[in-house]
Order: sequence, then C-alpha cells, then structure tokens
Amino acid sequence: MSANQAQIFNEMMNGGDVRAAYANLEKWYRSMPPELRNLRQSEAEALFRRIGITFAVYGEGEDPERLIPFDMFPRVMTAEEWRKLDKGIRQRAAALNAFLCDVYGRREIIRAGRIPEHLVTNNEAYEKAAIGFMPPRGVFSHIVGVDLVRTGPDQFYVLEDNCRTPSGVSYMLQNREIMMRMYPQLFMENRIAPVDGYANALKSTLASVAPKKCMSEPNIVILTPGQFNSAYYEHSFLADLMGVELVEGQDLFVEGDFVWMKTTEGPKKVDVIYRRIDDSFLDPLCFRPDSMLGVPGLMNVYRSGGVTICSAPGAGVADDKAIYTYVPEMIRFYLGEEPVLENVPTWQCAKTDDCKYVLENLHELVVKEVHGSGGYGMLVGPKADKSSIEAFAHKIRSNPENYIAQPTLALSAVPTFVEEGIAPRHVDLRPYCLVGEKIELVPGGLTRVALTEGSLVVNSSQGGGVKDTWVLAE
Amino acid sequence: MLSRTADHLYWLARYMERAETTARLLEVGARTALLPAPSGGYRNEWEAVLQSKGTLDQFKEKYGETNQRNIETWLFFDAENPSSVLSCINAARENARVVRTALTVPVWDAINTGYQELRQLQRVERSKLMTSELTEWTLRTCHLVSGCQSATQLRNDGYAFMGIGTSLERADNTARLIDVKYYVLLPSLSYVGSGLDQTQWALLLQSMTAQRAFNWSYSGEITAQKIAHLLILNRKFPRSLMSCVKWTCDHLDDIAQNYSTGTQAQEMAHQLLEDLSRATVDDIFDEGLHEFLARFLARNAGLANTVQDVYLRGIPA
Repeated sequence: MSANQAQIFNEMMNGGDVRAAYANLEKWYRSMPPELRNLRQSEAEALFRRIGITFAVYGEGEDPERLIPFDMFPRVMTAEEWRKLDKGIRQRAAALNAFLCDVYGRREIIRAGRIPEHLVTNNEAYEKAAIGFMPPRGVFSHIVGVDLVRTGPDQFYVLEDNCRTPSGVSYMLQNREIMMRMYPQLFMENRIAPVDGYANALKSTLASVAPKKCMSEPNIVILTPGQFNSAYYEHSFLADLMGVELVEGQDLFVEGDFVWMKTTEGPKKVDVIYRRIDDSFLDPLCFRPDSMLGVPGLMNVYRSGGVTICSAPGAGVADDKAIYTYVPEMIRFYLGEEPVLENVPTWQCAKTDDCKYVLENLHELVVKEVHGSGGYGMLVGPKADKSSIEAFAHKIRSNPENYIAQPTLALSAVPTFVEEGIAPRHVDLRPYCLVGEKIELVPGGLTRVALTEGSLVVNSSQGGGVKDTWVLAE
Repeated sequence: MLSRTADHLYWLARYMERAETTARLLEVGARTALLPAPSGGYRNEWEAVLQSKGTLDQFKEKYGETNQRNIETWLFFDAENPSSVLSCINAARENARVVRTALTVPVWDAINTGYQELRQLQRVERSKLMTSELTEWTLRTCHLVSGCQSATQLRNDGYAFMGIGTSLERADNTARLIDVKYYVLLPSLSYVGSGLDQTQWALLLQSMTAQRAFNWSYSGEITAQKIAHLLILNRKFPRSLMSCVKWTCDHLDDIAQNYSTGTQAQEMAHQLLEDLSRATVDDIFDEGLHEFLARFLARNAGLANTVQDVYLRGIPA
C-alpha cells in the first residue's frame, strides 16, 4: 500500500493517546499475561471447532473444514459514530428496495433519465420473471448487508451493497458469544449494546412478509443448497436460533397453489422461504433446467402469491457494482434526502473517459470485476508488479464494461493480536439491515480484518479473520 | 418433523450400531485365531466373519490373503468397505452434521469427538495398534454416543426415529451374528458337547457381551437351547431379537401417539413381536435355526422399508 502509516486512521490511537472508547480495552490488554491470552485463544478455537463453526474449502486436500481466524481484540465504536451509520444504512436499505420495486414496475427512475436503461435491463441479475410482480410490503431485499470502510474519524465509505443473501451474520453472533464467555469482565467494565436480538428480528421480519393468502402463523423455512455449501453452518445456526426448519430443495414440492414440505406427518404448507441459494437455482422449470437444488414450479406459486421468497428473485440487480454508482442518486430520487453515507468514488470502464483515466493510473487504483465477489478477479494497483498490471490492462481493454475502478483507500486499522503483542491491521465492517414491516438494524456487524501486515484484503477465503464489534451503549 | 431430518437421525443411529457390530466381529475373529485348530495350526474363522457382513468377495478381490493384518485393515480402516468402523463412523458423523441442530450438544460432541479421534488413529503406525485397542475404542465411542442420547435427548419423534434405527439395526446384526455361528448351535452334529464346542459358544456369547448375562439367566450347563433362547427370545437381554423388536414397537407406538395416528409400520412391528412371543426354542430348532433367522431378517428388513416409506421419504400417506 502506497499510503504511508501516517495517513492510516488508527481506531484506537490518536497520535500517542488512546481514544476514550478504547481506554478500558487498552488497560485490559496491558494487564493480561501473554500466557492467559494464548490459553483463551486456544480455548476459543477449540470451542469454534466443537460447536462446528467452520466453513468448508474443497479441492485443496487436507481437512475441508476450516476455522475463520478469530481475533480476540474487539473493535469499538461509540454510540455517536454508530448513530450516523445506523441512519445511513437504513436510508440505503430503503432506497435500494424502492429502486427494486421501481425497476420491476413503472421504471420511473429510468424514465426520469437518472439511471441509464441498459445498465438495468441488460444486467444479468435483472430477472425477467420478476417484472410486474410486487412482493408483499414492496420488499425485495429483506436482508441488506452494507460493506463499509473507514478512512478517518468521521469518514465512512460504502464499499458495496449485498441485497441477495449476505452471509457472515453467524460470525457476528458467535464472536460476541465467545467473547462474553472468555472475558466476561470486559462486558462489566464496558457497556456494550447487545446483538443477540438479531434472530428474533429476522424471524419477525420474515413473518411480516408472509403472503396475503397465509391466514395463520406463517410457516418459515430456510432453503439451503446443503451440507457441502461453505456457509452451511450459518444456515443451520440461523434455523436453530429462529426455531424454523432448514430445508433442501428435495424437501419441498409444489402442489396446487402452494409449496409444501415433506414431513413425517405428511405434507405441510410453507409460507415464507428464506433462501440461501442463487436465483438461477431456485426453480429448474423457470431458470437453470439442470438445477438439483431448487423446487420445480416454485416461481409459479411465488408469482401467484402462494409463497414469499426472501430475498425476492431479481433483488441482485440492486447490488451490482455498475448500479452501485447510482445509489446516492436513488436516495435523492426516491426518498428526497441527501445520502448520509458516501460511496467510494468509482470510475466505470464502460465510459470512455473513465476507462482512459483508469488505464493511465492502474498503479494506484483498485480494479474490480463488475459481477465479481469474494475478492477474486481484482487488481490492487499499488501491490501489483509491472507485468500483472500490464496483463490486467489487456483484460480491461478487451472488455471494458466488465470493470470498475476505485482509489486505493487508506482503510482504518484496529489493534490486532500478533506474535509480539498487538499491531494495527486493516478492517472493514458489514452490518446487517433487516427490511420487512419495519427496518431493523442491530448495533454492530461483522468486522473482517486483514491479518497480514499491510494487506487490504479482508476476505476469509484469502487470509482474513474476524473480530467482535462493539457499539458502546449511550 | 422434516422427513429428511428423521431420515438422517435414523441412519445416524443405524451406522453407530453397525460400527459396534463390526468391532465385535473383529474381536471374535481375533480371539478365535488364538485357538488351536483340530487339524493343527490355528483356527481361521475370518471367512465366516466376512461372510456375515456380506463382504468376503470384495475383500478377496482387494487383499487376496485372509491374514489378520489385512482383515483388521479391512474391517476397521478401509473406506472401501461400507461396513468398516471407519465408514460407519464417517457416515454417522456426516448424517449428524446435517441435522446437528436436532441433536443435543453432548450427542454431537460424542460423535464428532469419535470422528476426530479416529482420524488420529488412522495416522498411527498400524503395528503400534493392538486389535483390542481398536475394538475397545469403538465400543467405548458407541456407548458414549448412546449414553448421551439417552441422558440428554428430548423424548420427541426425533428420539423415536433414532431408537428405531438402533433397534432395527441391532436386530439385524444379532440375527447375522447368530447365523455365522448357527452350526455350532445345531444339536445334531457330532462334535457337540466337545470342549471345542464349548469354546465356540463362549465366543458367541462374548461377541455380544453376554457371558455374564447368560450365567445370571440360566443355571446348569451351557446348551445350544439356552444360548438360542438368550439371543433370540429372552426379553431381559438387550441384544436379543425379542428385545429389539419390542423396542421398535415401543418407539413406533410413541410416534403414533405423538401424531395421533398409526401406520402400517406399527401393525407390522406388532405382528412380528406377537409371532416371536409365541415361538419356543423347540419350534425354532424344528424349523431350522438358519431358516428361522433368514425369515426373521427378511421381516425385519421389510419393516425397515415400511418405516422408510411411511415416515422418512415424505410420501403423502
């Protein structure tokens, strides 16, 4: 990273002084013998493994069940810092849903010339089968994960939105659970806003969007691709916390106007499906005919109002990286408000001028694929050598529409345990916003941390870890 | 509950029980191999052991020679043998993992720890492992799982489906274990009553941890009739066919009560129990022990299929 240490915002230290929010933590760290920390660390890891909080990596040999490295130095935000994020995230979640209702309905934002039509209609995530259908309460994206980075005391940027099925919330809950078990005194010394209301909030959000045809207590299920999915643990964890069934496609079938699940007592009607599989696998009759994960006929039932699918098919068009640039515009257009949270300035290689600038400044930009995810297929200019920059430039020239570029942000750093004690490491933040009858947001989120010194890549698939994230109570 | 969840619970229980039986067979085989054979050298019962598991041909194709090391590997560690201890524990753990939230933490812990320990055992040099260590480890692991199950699981339909898995599998395994040795129980053969025969009987009892049970239940000398009675008809012995069928009935009755309606499965199970209750050892020997066992195995398997059809496949009744 070209930005030097002085430019990096350290969330704990203000020059030589410890910020107030971190004062207790810093004392805690100083008074803790290293043996105790190592002991707690290995206890925590044993706990993760025993409970089975793992994610799966296949095809690399060895044990496919991996642990996400858990760093026990918490990240802290003050109530005041959180207030702004809370406001901005809710605003964004509302605008993204308004956008989805619009682009599958009257398309006013396009007719008003605020977003180019081709970005929407030619988008792979734009679902033809969803056109003209209004889901219950006008909600397409029921769980919005907003990825944030921080560069200064008051400077947060939205890196991207996740409107389909953002994962990682189980880590937010488990990290807190483990920290409370390992260091209860920390929670007595600091007043930390709880996050464990999430499962209840998720359940009532899902219940609030049950179809009109559902006359009784809605039957909610989580639809998983199965035990070999890397996030299977999370699916089963959430089902357990909410007390709902975790189903696979083979457990469901369509008959008449409804979706049913196969139980030991015979078929039982399903009202709300929180699906953790992609649109294209939902219904082999409507999308990929080779999908074994979905339920034949599901889309027909959905479109006739027999079942609610969360997130709604087609929600992905709102979190596309090409659409991302227009979210501030959506907020102004639908809500008549100024955005609380800023976007990262973004160059779209599809535009000739932008593309020219990007190609000339590759060495200091981060370039991403428009539809990519997981930190793959990207170029971090300041970290790349000459030949890989040239190779990437070639890829951009041959398919400019596929790329966007952003400045290399000086991501904030948080103290993290390393061999010699603690050292600052770069972090991001993903809060999970729930949208149903009302918009709900538990204070906190998942903090991902790049464990390698100087690294900016926080993805767990590439050596990232996680931290407990505290919002101090007022 | 979801049919697939019930199915995973049922198979988890079956695989744990199967792992236990494989370990018991391995123990009997190893003990037998320590006995002198009448024709000189040592006895070799391994082929009979493999036959009871239906894997003799597969074994011969892969290893050729039936020596102890090969058999041990095949019965304990070989992932290609579907009823090896390793295969069973892996399958049980895979089933448990899918429905982990339907299990209590101690049950999951016991299965998962067994799985992790087995991976450690796999890495140990084979010559450093005694057969008895392997079998004891397996029995201990299986008993830990079933202990946790009975001490901590909620008595709901999931518990009943696990119980049915265990009792159906155990009935099957007991019948097969007797069948391997059925000829030593035949009263007509000439060597009956010889010292060798006594040893064989003792081994059969040992394979089911039944020596003490036998002594407590029957007085006088060991006879084929008494052994057959213990293993087939004795209601007090937990591995007898009678006990297993009784448990299957009890669990199915629980389910029927839970769901306020019965199915064909209950009828079949009670019919089987009634037939066993009416049978005597003399009837069984008159029919032919092997024939009786073959008939029992078929009915038990038929019952298992019905349970699958009416509860575990989610086919509307």
